[in-house]
Amino acid sequence: MIAVDGIWELLDEVKDPEIPVVSLVEMGIVRDVEISDNSAVTVVITPTFSACPALQTMKGDIVSRLREAGIEDVKVKVVYSPPWTTDWISDEAREKMRAFGLAPAPQHGGSFEVTLLDAMTCPYCGSLNTSIRNSFGSTPCRMIYYCNACQQPFEQMKPL
Amino acid sequence: MNADLKAALAAQLLAMADDEFILGHRDSEWCGHAPILEEDIAFANIALDEIGHAVTWYGLLADLKGEDRETYPNRLVYHRNLPDFRCAQMVEEPKGDWAFSMLRQYLFDMYEKVRLDWLVNSPYTPVAEAAAKMRPEEVYHLRHTRAWVRRLGLGTDESNRRMQAALDQLWPYALQLFATLPDEHLLVEAGYFPHPDDLCESWQAVVIPYLQEVHLNVARDSRPVTISRTEHSADLKLLLNSLQEVARLYPDAGW
Repeated sequence: MIAVDGIWELLDEVKDPEIPVVSLVEMGIVRDVEISDNSAVTVVITPTFSACPALQTMKGDIVSRLREAGIEDVKVKVVYSPPWTTDWISDEAREKMRAFGLAPAPQHGGSFEVTLLDAMTCPYCGSLNTSIRNSFGSTPCRMIYYCNACQQPFEQMKPL
Repeated sequence: MNADLKAALAAQLLAMADDEFILGHRDSEWCGHAPILEEDIAFANIALDEIGHAVTWYGLLADLKGEDRETYPNRLVYHRNLPDFRCAQMVEEPKGDWAFSMLRQYLFDMYEKVRLDWLVNSPYTPVAEAAAKMRPEEVYHLRHTRAWVRRLGLGTDESNRRMQAALDQLWPYALQLFATLPDEHLLVEAGYFPHPDDLCESWQAVVIPYLQEVHLNVARDSRPVTISRTEHSADLKLLLNSLQEVARLYPDAGW
């Protein structure tokens, strides 16, 4: 029988469907893993945004990965509290996102409205000479910026 | 929770969910038709958020009624008949021009904001938790729609004229959002929900000065277009015909 730590390791292999360089664990989407007395596994996840369209895909990917590892009895439970925040994204994941061309959200300690006014850092050249183009983007969790230094548009993870 | 309070709560959740769902659907009608690509993306995102909020409220309703939260929301939106919807007529109105849709979204976003600001402290935990999840998302909506109200209100004679026309049309509809549901007083007495009059006061205290600031005039003697959420417009019927057509023809279809 597999231990909780082993399941966390398997879950760390399941990538975010919309940001394929980081895992659901690194994103702070996986909140808890429970194993019952009869070896049934429950994975507790939370969506980034309420309307996250990738939620069903995530649930399916989690079940598939654990089944591949021989764990048959898997349930995925979705919780909405406490609400997900970009502050939960690990430092390693932030670095991977930046390399992927997606600027990570600045840490804000709960007052994210203030960070909306900040100059965001270009993931390509590191410049702060950037301006917002659209506070919405290709997914609910992204917005669109433009770097005036390297003249590249880039995607910025919405602080939440 | 006694049966009367539970029924009042169910009615409230359904009304909130239907408002969000029908508005989200109306917003989505701009997808592919917005004035520029960036706005198309932005409004499609706002539409998606509102539908996400609807799903959240439908989910709480499912929990309350002992229904399956995976399938119940779909059943409600695809297989419910017109008289059983509980949305306000404001969200039923066709999308109109850009001024109309932006102003409607602003008025609704601000209504959501004052309500969520209250609900995050509701002693009824499921509602408080859901409100805490939605509230930060609304910050992005308001940032966007406030800017549009300003841009069009103070823009050109043409944009101001269109905004004023939209406001004259929307205001009596917006007031319906604050009409009391039949058993809502039970929720207010239990401390679960704010009194709609207090909510309306908070909303007007923010919305009216802002509209005036951008040269739009509110007709202060307005009355709500209707106070009943069982009365619906012919526009909702057309919307549901289109929304439910495939689901009703092929009830077992998978997406």
